Amino acid sequence: MPAWMLTPVEIEALRLSLWVSGWAVVCSLPVGIAVAWLLARTDFPGKALIDGFVHLPLVLPPVVIGYLLLVLMGRNGIIGAWLYSHLGITLAFNWKGAAFAAATMAFPLLVRALRLSLEGVDPRIEVAARTLGAGPLRVFFTVTLPLITPGIIAGLLLAFARSLGEFGATITFVSNIVGETQTLPLALYTLTQVPDGEGGALRLCVISIVIAMAAVIASEVMSRRFSRRLRGER
Amino acid sequence: MITVTVTKTLGQFSVEASFDLPAKGVTALFGPSGAGKTSMINMVAGLLRPDRGRIMVNERCLFDADRGVDLPPERRRIGYVFQDGRLFPHLSVYDNLTYGMHRVPPSQRYVDPRQVIRLLGIDHLLGRRPATLSGGEKQRVAIGRALLTSPELLLMDEPLAALDTARKAELLPFIARLADEYTVPILYVSHAWDEIVALADTLVIVAEGRVTAAAGLETLVADLELHRLVGGLESGALFNAVVEGHEQDLTLLGFAGGTLRVPRGGWTPGHFLRIFIPARQVAISLDPPRSSSFQNILPARVDTIMENGDGLAEVRMAIGCTLPARITQCALRDLNLRPGQNVFALIKSVGISPVAARQRPWGGEVPS
Repeated sequence: MPAWMLTPVEIEALRLSLWVSGWAVVCSLPVGIAVAWLLARTDFPGKALIDGFVHLPLVLPPVVIGYLLLVLMGRNGIIGAWLYSHLGITLAFNWKGAAFAAATMAFPLLVRALRLSLEGVDPRIEVAARTLGAGPLRVFFTVTLPLITPGIIAGLLLAFARSLGEFGATITFVSNIVGETQTLPLALYTLTQVPDGEGGALRLCVISIVIAMAAVIASEVMSRRFSRRLRGER
Repeated sequence: MITVTVTKTLGQFSVEASFDLPAKGVTALFGPSGAGKTSMINMVAGLLRPDRGRIMVNERCLFDADRGVDLPPERRRIGYVFQDGRLFPHLSVYDNLTYGMHRVPPSQRYVDPRQVIRLLGIDHLLGRRPATLSGGEKQRVAIGRALLTSPELLLMDEPLAALDTARKAELLPFIARLADEYTVPILYVSHAWDEIVALADTLVIVAEGRVTAAAGLETLVADLELHRLVGGLESGALFNAVVEGHEQDLTLLGFAGGTLRVPRGGWTPGHFLRIFIPARQVAISLDPPRSSSFQNILPARVDTIMENGDGLAEVRMAIGCTLPARITQCALRDLNLRPGQNVFALIKSVGISPVAARQRPWGGEVPS
């Protein structure tokens, strides 16, 4: 086998990483938009507390988050037990848990990007839409959401990149199970711990770089296209 | 008929407005900046909640503090043209225009998009984005967008204030044509006297959050007392005229008191115009001057004389309609004017502003 070819374990790690990160950002986007909207547009008692809480994953060691998730969301955790008995969902030690851990860690980055973008939307344009007969919900979907598209793209990219790189919280919460929770960073880490693993580690390293570059370029192209459209160029 | 009675306290400032609008024509809300004009129309639009009061549009209650009625802006059927346009940057001009139209059930639509597009002269802009439009073009699109919701009332908040003089002159006729073409009542906020003369039928004067006067434009314009109360409002005579024809570099206009000569304009005979003659542009002579630069020398009879404290006097003359003149008290003494006296009113052609804007005569009678 040539040195550049991926082993099945590495392919599985790559597939799992994309899968877990994809689900992590797709599921956290609506929640992220809602939270960003609350923080950008409303004022309520305890707002600072919510703001701080959202940012916790950014400032706490990822292992702490992973441990908290284990305690709260594990099969015997307060929330985990409820999820299992009412919805039949288990997060501990499977890919869903890995996605949840990745989403949690990436959430502050997503919310920051969305909030910044929302604060850039002129509320007076939304008011104009109201006078044109659109209710608040319709204004949000036809005016606000299209106008924060660049923020959504940037937020998704940041969150996706952060999810791909997620290590500490994942390994603490859902362990390192091949084919289930062993994402790319975990596989890379494992390879560095075994003899003759350098080749595999290097391959995964290159793949990480390629994915990261592709994501950055794609988001750049999309936001450029969007701002060209706003300026009225084709 | 639109009835607005609202009160609202905004910090130190309080707005206490009460006025009626006729169900058609242009009503101007006139007053200095900071007088509370925008607050008043925001309350009508539902963007600002009054503390007390009632807002009725054609029997429909939009707001009633006592009955707990407060329709949200999207259900008021009121069009709003903002000073700053506020077009949707992510939509094309066409999509901007039809954004509100699509929310109106077809049975309630009375404005045809093709007609509005033609009227506002924006056919060539339809595929463009707002960012590529000039200020005047943006404002035309904003007007079309509001009108296409087929509103029961159209609010315009200083739609020309953000434009330079040339753009303003370009846009004014569009607004005037729209007021002539559609029956929708328009509430037009402005502090620019020339816009009001060009557009308004009814005038509501606002100062410090209160309505200080409200009446037909001609009535208020002729009210010389009012001129002293409200800064920026120029008194004079305002009447309808019809273009009779052209004579060299002059245009002849027929009005209730005879014929006026004004600098030649591009109107065709039969065209209706609004004429505004500022009181300070009118001179008085006891005899017809044999040789002078005055192109308009009209026999007149002195009606009333009012001496102001500032050394000036207002002489109101009858020439078939009322023509006020502002002269110094010194001149008044020299001429020894008395009510009932026959005199000649002298008006320079360039002192007359024929306002081409509104084409249809208003306030009833058409000059013969």
